[in-house]
Amino acid sequence: MMAPAVVLSFLLPLAGTLLLALSAGRLGARTSATIGVASVGLAALATAWAVTLYPGSPENVTLWTWIAVGDFRPTIGLAVDGLALMMMSVITGVGFLIHLFAAWYMKGEAGIARFYAWMNLFVFSMLLLVLGDNLLLLFLGWEGVGLCSYLLIGYYYHNSANGQAAFKAFIVTRIGDVFLALGLFLIFRELGTLDIGEILVRAPQLWQEGSTTANIAALLVLGGALGKSAQVPLHTWLPDAMAGPTPVSALIHAATMVTAGVYLIARLNGLFLLAPDVLLLVGVIGAVSMLLAAFAALAQTDIKRVLAYSTMSQIGYMFLALGVGAFDAAIFHLVTHAFFKALLFLSAGAVIISCHHEQDMARLGGLWRRLPVAYGGFLVGGSALVALPLVTAGFYSKDEILWQAMAAGNNGLLLAGLLGAVLTGIYTVRLILGTFHGEAGSDHSRHPEPGTNLITHHLPLVVLAILSTFIGAWLYPGLDRLFPSAPGEGVEEGHTLLQVLAIGAVVAGLALAGWLFMMRREWLQRQASHGTGRRLWSVWHHAWGFDGLFDRLLVRPWQLMVNLLRHDLVNLAMNLPALIARVLNAGLVRTQNGRMRSYATVMVLGVTVILAVLALAPGGAA
Amino acid sequence: MNGIPMEHGLILASVLFSLGLAGLMLRRNMLFVLMSLEVMLNSAALAFVVGSTAWNQPDGQAMFLLVITLAAAEASVGLALMIQLYQRFHSLNLDAASRMRG
Amino acid sequence: MILVWLILIPFLGGLFCWQAERWGDKAPRWIALATMLFVLVISIVLWWTGDFSLPDGGQSPWLLEWRAPWIPRFGIEIHLALDGLSLILVALTGFLGALAVLCSWHEIAHRVGFFHLNLLWILGGVVGVFLALDLFLFFLFWEMMLVPMYFLIALWGHSGSAGHTRIRAATRFFIYTQASGLLMLVAILTLVFVHYANTGVFSFSYDVLRGTDVPDALAPWLMLGFFIAFAVKLPVVPFHGWLPDAHAQAPTAGSVDLAGILLKTAAYGILRFALPLFPEESQAFAPVAMTLGLVGIIYGAVLACGQQDIKRLIAYTSISHMGFVLIALYSGSELAIQGAVVLMVAHAFSSAGLFILSGQIYERLHTRDMRIMGGLWGRIPILPGFTLCFVAASLGMPATANFVGEFMILFGTFPTAPVVVVIASGGLVLAAIYSLLLMQRVHFGPVHRQGSLPGPDLREYGMMLALVALVLLVGLYPQPLLDTTAAVSGPAAELFTDGKLSTLAGEVD
Repeated sequence: MMAPAVVLSFLLPLAGTLLLALSAGRLGARTSATIGVASVGLAALATAWAVTLYPGSPENVTLWTWIAVGDFRPTIGLAVDGLALMMMSVITGVGFLIHLFAAWYMKGEAGIARFYAWMNLFVFSMLLLVLGDNLLLLFLGWEGVGLCSYLLIGYYYHNSANGQAAFKAFIVTRIGDVFLALGLFLIFRELGTLDIGEILVRAPQLWQEGSTTANIAALLVLGGALGKSAQVPLHTWLPDAMAGPTPVSALIHAATMVTAGVYLIARLNGLFLLAPDVLLLVGVIGAVSMLLAAFAALAQTDIKRVLAYSTMSQIGYMFLALGVGAFDAAIFHLVTHAFFKALLFLSAGAVIISCHHEQDMARLGGLWRRLPVAYGGFLVGGSALVALPLVTAGFYSKDEILWQAMAAGNNGLLLAGLLGAVLTGIYTVRLILGTFHGEAGSDHSRHPEPGTNLITHHLPLVVLAILSTFIGAWLYPGLDRLFPSAPGEGVEEGHTLLQVLAIGAVVAGLALAGWLFMMRREWLQRQASHGTGRRLWSVWHHAWGFDGLFDRLLVRPWQLMVNLLRHDLVNLAMNLPALIARVLNAGLVRTQNGRMRSYATVMVLGVTVILAVLALAPGGAA
Repeated sequence: MNGIPMEHGLILASVLFSLGLAGLMLRRNMLFVLMSLEVMLNSAALAFVVGSTAWNQPDGQAMFLLVITLAAAEASVGLALMIQLYQRFHSLNLDAASRMRG
Repeated sequence: MILVWLILIPFLGGLFCWQAERWGDKAPRWIALATMLFVLVISIVLWWTGDFSLPDGGQSPWLLEWRAPWIPRFGIEIHLALDGLSLILVALTGFLGALAVLCSWHEIAHRVGFFHLNLLWILGGVVGVFLALDLFLFFLFWEMMLVPMYFLIALWGHSGSAGHTRIRAATRFFIYTQASGLLMLVAILTLVFVHYANTGVFSFSYDVLRGTDVPDALAPWLMLGFFIAFAVKLPVVPFHGWLPDAHAQAPTAGSVDLAGILLKTAAYGILRFALPLFPEESQAFAPVAMTLGLVGIIYGAVLACGQQDIKRLIAYTSISHMGFVLIALYSGSELAIQGAVVLMVAHAFSSAGLFILSGQIYERLHTRDMRIMGGLWGRIPILPGFTLCFVAASLGMPATANFVGEFMILFGTFPTAPVVVVIASGGLVLAAIYSLLLMQRVHFGPVHRQGSLPGPDLREYGMMLALVALVLLVGLYPQPLLDTTAAVSGPAAELFTDGKLSTLAGEVD
């Protein structure tokens, strides 16, 4: 019944892609932008239509059988349930706003058609990712978003640094994807199906809780999730991915694609519940990523890199929630995070364009009066990010996560979460103060050109700002029924204590930040410029040196090997027969010297030898 | 005609042949090489003559006629070649004409 | 009789092209195009009307069969037969043959008639290989496709390099394939003599020889003879030396045929002859073959990353992709063998696309050195977009045919040889690296020289669009293809099911 709406929701962006790709830039910039924005806008409408039609119980739509060989029968089939609809709404809704904003952001850039073609393709792939009823179709979307991410990070392709960032993003996530693929192979071998629903039914029947197979399967899937969601140790690509246009960062590297890992684990919750150790590992990795990224965010000067590390940190929260079995809380935070992080990125984009592509905090500053809309966006988004109590969406979702961690009795994760909240407060305040207050650092920031377009500039920011407040949290329907019950469900004891703790952490963070950045500014700068402080700054600035480590451990040996083998050593070995033939040839050529005398000599010698043999041989000439 | 034993004639023929062969192998000058060839041919012819005398058969004498005809033909062709060689290389050194290098 | 015509048409067409040169350069091109399209149409009609369901019991496994005595004294006959697999490959030959003619439309300027004679004779030989069932006839066609290929490389090769490099590459190609062909001939003859010793009847017939009782000491060597002949052509890593050179020096049409079809004859040969003739020996050999496949995947990928010549890069990627095919053929799994068929088709499309594109770039830039490309996205319209599609296919992006092939192979092989699959999956990352390197170095990055270049004309656009459409079609709906070859892959997989792969098949749990 709702099939046409769902199908339409992802066919429309695909149609947009095809139209823009086949036009090959012949359409004007304005028409291209219109097509790009409209296709996603219509997709959002289709999603809304699907939501209204949703009967309340999951529905499967099989379009056709993709491959059928023996038992291997993955379909092009969609599974529409609350989770899928939730994700679809975020993808198309937030996606539409970002597409709209991009029309302002990308004005005057070359290759608008290319930009929108890829953005639409991204939306299409992302929708397939969340809609696929089997893991292979999910994998299709999974790889598709990776490709679009690659293309859009490298959108400004003339700069080879962007190309490298894009390359890195694709390869690092691809490493994760291979783990996921191996997970698929294992799941199919053991369970004989790739259908997600079937997997969740069969896995508990065939696998013991905590059995090796279940653990390995969960670990492999986790590997895929880590790559896509930029969690330790496959996180190094995300900060570099900021090389893309800011709307791309907002859509792909904040709101949707990077949270695909969270979606995947939530979707396969039954699998992870069979592997409690791995599930715990999910939480631990989340906590570690959250803290590492939060510290790294403290020491960035590029506003987009601050936001990138903040994204990684917030996804760490989601993983933490998954780790304690609170799948609903993770998805809740995913949704609110999509709202406020998209808002932050778009506001950052507004600042960047207004200041002529200036995104270094040292060269920004004092903008709050001149860019009120962007400032408002930053304030609302930032307060949601630090989870300002009661009024922001972030508060409700983060509170839920911390509460679940507490209810699960995992105090380590709880403490990490609280510490993360303090750090979030500090880097957010630093970001806003550095960008909007203080002295302007350059001419660009002294004379910004604020965005004025009501539809393409103000509207997306305002709508996202509204969604980032408690209204956004209200809109979240709650997906408890879809997931196994979370540890904190139905328990109330201690919740108040936790809320006090959480609010305390937020307030502590904000207070500390205010004190540090307003009262002790000089002291802070002095500390950061020499001795331990400087070393700490360097370590945090380079995000704990993972890049250098991987560079030394993987990239350089790889390059060495490539250079070593460039001339095809194995093939050289195969040239050996040719070499032998040549040596023999050189030897024998010498005997053919063209001198009659030596020929005659050799002939005589030969005759003599033959005669001698005949004469001496027993029974011969004698 | 019993004066000279057949062995003596044959030894003389083989000595001549060896001398011719040695000249062929050692000499570079084409004139001497041709002369060596002549010597070898004549030594072979001598052997025929000796043989035919020893056994009173005329075939050897006939062979001798053939051999000297051959020798004359060979000498004329060889000398013609020699003149060509001299005109081209201004030398009678056979190695100068060696073009075969494998 | 239609099978005979399938083979004869390219040969006759080639002769016509040769003679038609006297009417101008256009005539041979059109005749060649028409010839290949004719082959394509015949095979599509056969496909449309054929029934490819698994035959029951006594029914012949062949869709069409044609036999006539040739040299009766030695039991040699002209025995042609067609089943799903050969049909797919013949259709592919027709399609890529037409593309090869199209892509040399402007590239080949001299001795046009003779060029098309060679081109069509290669294709005729290939069709013969796909249809021949008599081993002697098979060998004949196998050798027959080499000679015109030699001329194609030596006479019309890469114009940027000196003549002797071309001839060297052509000679290398010829010696490699000829020497390996000799091994196969020895193996065939030995097999025939063994059969003669057993029964007193000379026969080169596939069906007859399949049942030959070969002494245990001899059988592995015969199997190896066949395997090496096919391994050189596939190519498997230690025997791959001819491929990069041949590709780098061949004209675009030659590369398209080489990568698209000639490599597939090897996979076809393994599937049709090496496995069914020596099932037990092949099964014992499977771990070695799979290891070779793995080495090929990794080694080809590493070398692809180190190349500066765009065509050499693509050539090495072929080695990597064929490694997957080799693994699948020896996996003994129907899923994997079906995947191998899909991957063969997919690789034909994607590598043909990439080769044609590099030819088109060469026509515009007069270089194939990637160090002096870069930033072409802004300079050439449309072509970079197509490159992106084929690059995505080459790295196994889902929804492309290559993904379906690779993943079916990996899914199919995993139950029997998980370790192999784990290592092969590493090849997926490497595939991403070399594919994106290609994209990065050619189309992205700083512009090396300013100025825009002409976009594709209708001919180029049409070729690319057709290839992209096919890549996506097979990627999203491979079922017609799978149904066609199911009757071949199933029995091929059953050859192995008696025993189990012992080594390498470490269990995961």
